[in-house]
Amino acid sequence: MVESASLWAVLAVLPLLGGAAVVAVCADRALAARAAGQPYGPRTIAAGVGSDTARLLVGQRRTTLAPDRLLWRLGLIAVPTAAVLAAAVIPFGRWAVDDLGVGVVWFNGMEIATWAALWAAGWGPNSVLSLVGGYRMVAQGLAYELPHMFALIGAATAAGSLQVGTIVAHQRHLWFAVWMPVGFVVYLLSVLGFSFTGPFDQPAGVDVAGGVFAEVAGPDRLILAAGRWLLLTAGAAMAVPLFLGGGLGPVLPAWAWSTVKTFAVLGVLVGVRRSVPTVRLERWMPVAWTVLIPLTIAQDLIAALVAVSR
Amino acid sequence: MGAVAFWVLAVAAVACAVTVFVVDSMARATFALLASFLFGAGEIILLGLDYLGVVIVVMMIMEMVIMAVFMVMYMMNPAGLMPMSMVHNQRGSLLTAGTVFASLAAGIFLVPWPARGPHRPADPTFDLGKSLMGPHMLTMMLLGVTLFATMVVTVVLASQQGRYDRLGDDLKGKAR
Repeated sequence: MVESASLWAVLAVLPLLGGAAVVAVCADRALAARAAGQPYGPRTIAAGVGSDTARLLVGQRRTTLAPDRLLWRLGLIAVPTAAVLAAAVIPFGRWAVDDLGVGVVWFNGMEIATWAALWAAGWGPNSVLSLVGGYRMVAQGLAYELPHMFALIGAATAAGSLQVGTIVAHQRHLWFAVWMPVGFVVYLLSVLGFSFTGPFDQPAGVDVAGGVFAEVAGPDRLILAAGRWLLLTAGAAMAVPLFLGGGLGPVLPAWAWSTVKTFAVLGVLVGVRRSVPTVRLERWMPVAWTVLIPLTIAQDLIAALVAVSR
Repeated sequence: MGAVAFWVLAVAAVACAVTVFVVDSMARATFALLASFLFGAGEIILLGLDYLGVVIVVMMIMEMVIMAVFMVMYMMNPAGLMPMSMVHNQRGSLLTAGTVFASLAAGIFLVPWPARGPHRPADPTFDLGKSLMGPHMLTMMLLGVTLFATMVVTVVLASQQGRYDRLGDDLKGKAR
């Protein structure tokens, strides 16, 4: 079903993931421009994205008093790195860089690396607002992580495997999203959580002057912003093999189905990001722990019963 | 290849562990410890225990981040934000560390290790679980779920944002 490509496939991860992320950024800007009543034609949007990127590339790096430069830089770089490493187990049609036997746990681990990355990125500049942003990411992680893990466990239990390729193969007749809707929705919510975007953008909140973004400028800011979009894209792409049947589908080749489904999920996430206001963490935490954890555990029980009866 | 990877990971893990006591910042000490654990996880993966190795990566990143929060919070100099020494009670801790190291190292030589079978097991993680847990696997799994439920319920009950905060002591109206 899904085969591990040779090592050169590593080179294809960043262009594919990055390309999809750029499309998502453009869609996001177009939605924002339309909501503001400004022109949102493809050329305007592309020019805007291009000039913003160029401005960040040549921009000055900001320095603060007594920063922890090492942890700051490591934290910033770790965000896009984690996204690319997570994408290594996501199948693009029939190929994945490495269809690890423990692919789901690998993805989970790389996504959790963003906690450490953002905390370090918030700690580094020795600035209050950055630090608040970093701490918010940890709090957010504690809220979304347990329901997220149970959503992943649901898909893995139903397929009886932690291997992403096997999970895809088990959805030949019915997508997991159809009979495990709770797990699917919780997974999508946690994608917004670990890419600190949309209703879960408190770590980078406007109320703390951008939080983890507060003291990063120039290329540093580009790396952090790109990492955030790469995480969102990787999360959307992983939803496809976990819940939407991966590359399975009629007529079109597998890679085309992977692409179509990934952009559909990405479109939904960008739409939510643009239309749902920020949720305060202390409001989200009780919902996550008292509503979503029991729901996802009940979902896992159903998945386990289905797996046992098969 | 395997031997080279083992030594590289082992030396890196020990070097990072030493760094924990050399640096002068709670944050750096925590991340040095995390790096040490990640190299240790590499050794586990090298043994063919992929699942355990990756789970160590997952758990250690989470635990070290939370530990960083608590370490910074508990430090007496303004909330652990200032540079500070990572060593104290040196004689006592050296003695403890030396004793633990010596007894663990002695254990390596004294334990009668089982002879390895002719074939490498198909799934070493599965075999390790069976030999560790034996017939108590079901008990341990139930224990795990019970512990987890206890933790969640304790935190939910201890949370300040419970229904008593929203609705008042009589659960009838606005508290604030």
